[in-house]
Amino acid sequence: MTDVTFLPGAPSARRLDLTSDAAKARVRSRYRSEARFRWYGICAIVVTAVFLVVLITDILIKGLPAFTQHSLSIDVPVTAELADPEGKGTPEALAAGDYNKLVREAVRSHLGIEGRAATSNLSKLLSTGSGDGLRDAVMSDPKLIGQTVPVTALLSDDADLYLKGTGTKIERADGVAIATPSDVKGDITITAPGAFAADTAALRDVITKRVATLTAGAELYEQSADATVRDRAKPLREEIATLAASISDANAPALLGSHVPSLLIAINGGIVKLSSLTNDTASGTALIPLKSAEAAQAGAWQRVTYVTPEADRKVDDAKVALLDRLQADGKVSRGFNTLFFTAGDSREAELAGIRGALVGSILTLAVTLALCLPIGVMAAVYLEEFAKKNWFTDLIEININNLAAVPSIVFGLLGLAVFLNFFGLPRSAPIVGGLVLALLVLPTIIIAARAALRAVPPSIKEAALGVGASHQQAIFHHVLPLAMPGIMTGTIIGMAHALGETAPLLMIGMVAFIVDIPAGFTDSATALPVQIYLWSDLPEAAFKQKTAAAIIVLLMLLFVMNGLAIWLRKRFERRW
Amino acid sequence: MDMMTAHQTRSLTEAASAANPKVVARDVNVYYGDKHALNNVSVDVPDRGVMAFIGPSGCGKSTFLRCINRMNDTISICRVTGKITIEDQDIYDPELDVVQLRARVGMVFQKPNPFPKSIFENVAYGPRIHGLSKSKADLEGLVQEALMKASLWNEVKDRLHESGTGLSGGQQQRLCIARAIAVSPDVILMDEPCSALDPIATARIEELIDELRNNFCIIIVTHSMQQAARVSQRTAFFHLGTLVEEGATQTIFTNPTDQRTQDYITGRFG
Repeated sequence: MTDVTFLPGAPSARRLDLTSDAAKARVRSRYRSEARFRWYGICAIVVTAVFLVVLITDILIKGLPAFTQHSLSIDVPVTAELADPEGKGTPEALAAGDYNKLVREAVRSHLGIEGRAATSNLSKLLSTGSGDGLRDAVMSDPKLIGQTVPVTALLSDDADLYLKGTGTKIERADGVAIATPSDVKGDITITAPGAFAADTAALRDVITKRVATLTAGAELYEQSADATVRDRAKPLREEIATLAASISDANAPALLGSHVPSLLIAINGGIVKLSSLTNDTASGTALIPLKSAEAAQAGAWQRVTYVTPEADRKVDDAKVALLDRLQADGKVSRGFNTLFFTAGDSREAELAGIRGALVGSILTLAVTLALCLPIGVMAAVYLEEFAKKNWFTDLIEININNLAAVPSIVFGLLGLAVFLNFFGLPRSAPIVGGLVLALLVLPTIIIAARAALRAVPPSIKEAALGVGASHQQAIFHHVLPLAMPGIMTGTIIGMAHALGETAPLLMIGMVAFIVDIPAGFTDSATALPVQIYLWSDLPEAAFKQKTAAAIIVLLMLLFVMNGLAIWLRKRFERRW
Repeated sequence: MDMMTAHQTRSLTEAASAANPKVVARDVNVYYGDKHALNNVSVDVPDRGVMAFIGPSGCGKSTFLRCINRMNDTISICRVTGKITIEDQDIYDPELDVVQLRARVGMVFQKPNPFPKSIFENVAYGPRIHGLSKSKADLEGLVQEALMKASLWNEVKDRLHESGTGLSGGQQQRLCIARAIAVSPDVILMDEPCSALDPIATARIEELIDELRNNFCIIIVTHSMQQAARVSQRTAFFHLGTLVEEGATQTIFTNPTDQRTQDYITGRFG
């Protein structure tokens, strides 16, 4: 380099090489690299989209059924002894009436069933809130006592889930011979020559297979050195003995257990659940009493199969039979689950709603917004436009950025230590939740607001200063209004973040089981994500659906808020 | 108003201007941190007329312009020494309110920068914050007057409430001039007002400057020597932070005393 001089404008010894093989290879390699990069991008997007679609579909499939609910329409004769047991007619006395029993008795008499088992089955099919509507009607109009009132009674969560299709498939086949029942209720034997031959043969096969399976299991237990394990073989051996006996002889009745599909006979307006079967006879118990013991012609009675074995479902044969009958009578209807949006939390899945959590979330967010927006915007304006740039403001800036990265549970602990223990604010209250979430969101809003303020071209501020506006006038008349859409966008996204936040609320006690809908900022409340967390912990299948439904509501709210942010940005976007 | 008529009777000769300068600067030094940007500048700017500051990029002409309305105060690392007076009042006097100073010294920037508000609001903003109008009708009259003086009225009178940013570049710059003259300043500073405009829009702005010089003291910074020759009566040539030469425009362009001025105006550098 030392003794070579480069004259400006002198032709260079190097020539741009565009034609050689090396040059062509270079071009091809560049094209390949660009194509590869495009494919990486497409793959990343496809993978993300697939995950998103799977997630949303899963939530929708689980959650959408929870937005509808089954209820029973039935005419209930309101008797004075149940509705107004003390005979006073005062609102307190009327409120104490047993309206669930009124509804249950009406259903019982409609189905024509009796006995403790029937009562127990019905109270499990009907919700514990099934009489609530009737109570409200009677309390607002006591003259209804003594009349027959049409009532829409809520079904229990198990019955509701069964009707939504998580129960069993029901197959029906017309009977092929003349069937004669031995009685109308209790244990019944139905004689129908040859009608059950196919069923019996199939059942014998199933039993033979089960005996083989059980025997293998029992032998495995018996080989064990441990006495307690060997003991487990005993009940298996007993079951094997019973089952083997039932198929030992071609004429012996084959036993129907809870591990095989249930077989029932619908005859003369009643339903008989079978317990044993031969080619010509079937014995069992009447689940719904028969109207008569007369012989039924072929085609006038039916063989009904509940395909899922009783042991594998939540609703037993007796309840399925009752629901099946009620449905056949057109008493069951499926409607929009308004209760989900109007009720607070409940231990009964069918009565639980998100209103309490929703109101709690709204109150909490109101506190957060009321604190965050003014403080955040003022802090951003001061730091961006007025504060001197020195080590102290640098320190503040670094700390604000650090605060935005602090795990949210830490803010919850801070809230617990400062707001609850030091200032003694009420536990589980939206005001504390709002304060804690405000701490969480404040850095986000300050950072967004500063970015929005920086995005306003300095020429606008100069123009205002140039016509003799003071620094403050220039900021408040010109810069801040122009930054406002950006600030609002940041705020809404911060609020959406706060809406979905769970961990800090757990620390300040907003995780309690709260039935009442909060009416003020100091009432006990919970929030939507916390409600989801609470429900997801419960064992009932119906609460799994409620969890998914609450997630759908939360996601909808987040979509709406983010949509609002995008709309604001588009609507007020300015170009210079 | 009495003063105005008194001034108008005076002819715009060199001697008269020098005898009664509007802006007087003595030994002005500007430092950006450690950098010495402007070195001992002393100049008299006459009332009623256009003075042009010319010079190559980075010579300090814009820096000096921004000293006259203390726009440099907004830059935290900037330090100004020396003395600048407008009508014998020291503008770096600590007692003086910088906001009132900027109302008296209007400024037009390099890039048209109307507020993203309506045309009317753009012009009305200054009078409104300074309480120049007594009523709404008064304000409307004031806006019309400013727009007429900026020869923009005929083009925008039917769409006063449309956004100022919707105008063409040249119209935007005339709107900025209207905005500056709406508060009746003593001095108007123009920082390369035509550098972002096409030749036709430039010609209109130059015409406008020529009309405004009868009523205002105008200081214009320009890169275009032709523009300086066309619009100004006096010219100051800056080079590397010093004021090299100052005098009547005709003299500077035809018979400069300094070799650097000679080289610059003949296009040997810059």
